[in-house]
Amino acid sequence: MTDTVDKAPAPSVPPEQIKAIPVRHYGRWVAGAVVLGILVLIGIAFSNANINYGIIPDYLTDGTILSGAWHTLYISVLAMLLGLVLGVILAVMRMSSNPVTSTVAYFYVWFFRGTPVLVQLLIWYNIALVFPTLNLGFYKDEMNQVMTPFLAALLGLGLNEAAYMSEIVRAGIQSVDEGQTEASHALGMTRSRTLRRVVLPQAMRVIVPPTGNEFINMLKTSSLAYAVQFNELIKRSTDVSSTSLAVVEMYFVASIWYLALTSVFSVGQYYLERRYARGSTRGLPPTPLQRLKKNLRLFNSFSRPGANR
Amino acid sequence: MSKIDKDIVSGPSGHPMVKAEGVHKSFGLAHILKGIDLEVNAREVFCLIGPSGSGKSTFLRCINHLEKISAGRLSVDGELVGYRQKGDKLYELKEAEVAAQRRDIGMVFQRFNLFPHMTALENVMEAPVQVKRETKAVARERAERLLDRVGLGDRKRHYPAQLSGGQQQRVAIARALAMQPKLMLFDEPTSALDPELVGEVLDVMRDLAEDGMTMVVVTHEMGFAREVGDSLVFMDDGVVIEAGSPREVLTNPQHDRTRSFLSKVL
Repeated sequence: MTDTVDKAPAPSVPPEQIKAIPVRHYGRWVAGAVVLGILVLIGIAFSNANINYGIIPDYLTDGTILSGAWHTLYISVLAMLLGLVLGVILAVMRMSSNPVTSTVAYFYVWFFRGTPVLVQLLIWYNIALVFPTLNLGFYKDEMNQVMTPFLAALLGLGLNEAAYMSEIVRAGIQSVDEGQTEASHALGMTRSRTLRRVVLPQAMRVIVPPTGNEFINMLKTSSLAYAVQFNELIKRSTDVSSTSLAVVEMYFVASIWYLALTSVFSVGQYYLERRYARGSTRGLPPTPLQRLKKNLRLFNSFSRPGANR
Repeated sequence: MSKIDKDIVSGPSGHPMVKAEGVHKSFGLAHILKGIDLEVNAREVFCLIGPSGSGKSTFLRCINHLEKISAGRLSVDGELVGYRQKGDKLYELKEAEVAAQRRDIGMVFQRFNLFPHMTALENVMEAPVQVKRETKAVARERAERLLDRVGLGDRKRHYPAQLSGGQQQRVAIARALAMQPKLMLFDEPTSALDPELVGEVLDVMRDLAEDGMTMVVVTHEMGFAREVGDSLVFMDDGVVIEAGSPREVLTNPQHDRTRSFLSKVL
């Protein structure tokens, strides 16, 4: 015992690595083979199908398609903004102690969530049939002039979205601990300041993920604005296919654009969620960019031995 | 030990800071407070003890109008809490007026209730900037001083989740002090803490008491009440059973109920 103490401290010996025969997962191989087989069959079917793949890349950047994609993007963003603002207002109304406002908010959600968006779009588009003229007192015009495809799409999609957003916002606000409200009231904050500074920032953690979902849904649901003659992606694709006669090809083109748009916004959502996760976890996971930088640094220190010393 | 500290606003001692006369509070059918009469003098550490459900936390929450009293009169520094009296009529205060009253009353909660999305420093700066409209520079300077004072000068960039319970509660005390209150309310400030963290919070409170802060403390820490407290009230079932100096009440209780409570907690 004692002589080991006199010697230089023994280097800690790493335990011998275990070398065992791993369990064979034959089932996994079989399942993998079956899935790959099915994929190959689908691939063969599509390559033999009567589809002119060659024209798809050309039409991806076709002017008409591009303008359709742009219309899809901006109607989605605007309708989402309208839904978001109105949704917050409805959520606050719903939770207020005033029975009139909370009942109105309840029935708003009941109506707009309970009827199809397509019907709502068509009602807005045809509203001139019931209100031939719009008279706001200071502004008067033929309803047909006012209710453009754009306005019908915006109102139809936005007001419908508000119903969903109000439920999401309400769930978020209710997820914040009541002690937070009490603490900020005790500090002398008013209710509205408490909502803005303390409750909403924390509610965002609960609100952002389903809102991202809603937005991605909105990008696709906006295709229904086709029914009110709004020039979004699907309408433009059908316009093109009616002259080019490449029907399915044009829907493929549209699908690629939808996939591109939803992918971009999924990435945006990831960063937004990170922002509102502040303080909720002890350390945030690195973003893909940060991970890349770290790996590059690591790689550099490996390729230049001695650089760290 | 007491040090001159410009953050602690302590008025002349002696005048009543909190005055309760026949305060009742009911939640629906539950009658929680059944006529509380007491006076807390300025620069005094006033301890409230009693079994759970005795109404001591409810009474504390009435002092800054987190709860509305059902009957009686409750005033802080000579001003009715939550009401204005004109002739013999009481008018409810508007939300902004209630908020203005609360500015001068600091409160520390059992479960800290720090804002989790803000760093320790931001937590302490929030109310001075948002409520008192102080510039960020002024608020930051005081916040840093207060965090130093509670021994957390090196933790100001941490989020609450990165702090221990004791550290969180000390930040919460600094946050309340940042509004330069004339009265501090403590609602069982150490009850949610691991035993080894209780001391650090009590030390901060002791320090505050030495600087002359008026404090109303709901607590189960009898040692703290005896050492630091100037007055002590034992409450049970919504009434004050016994009041006096902490040493008297704790060592020589006059009532059976006080005796049986103390025999369980001491």
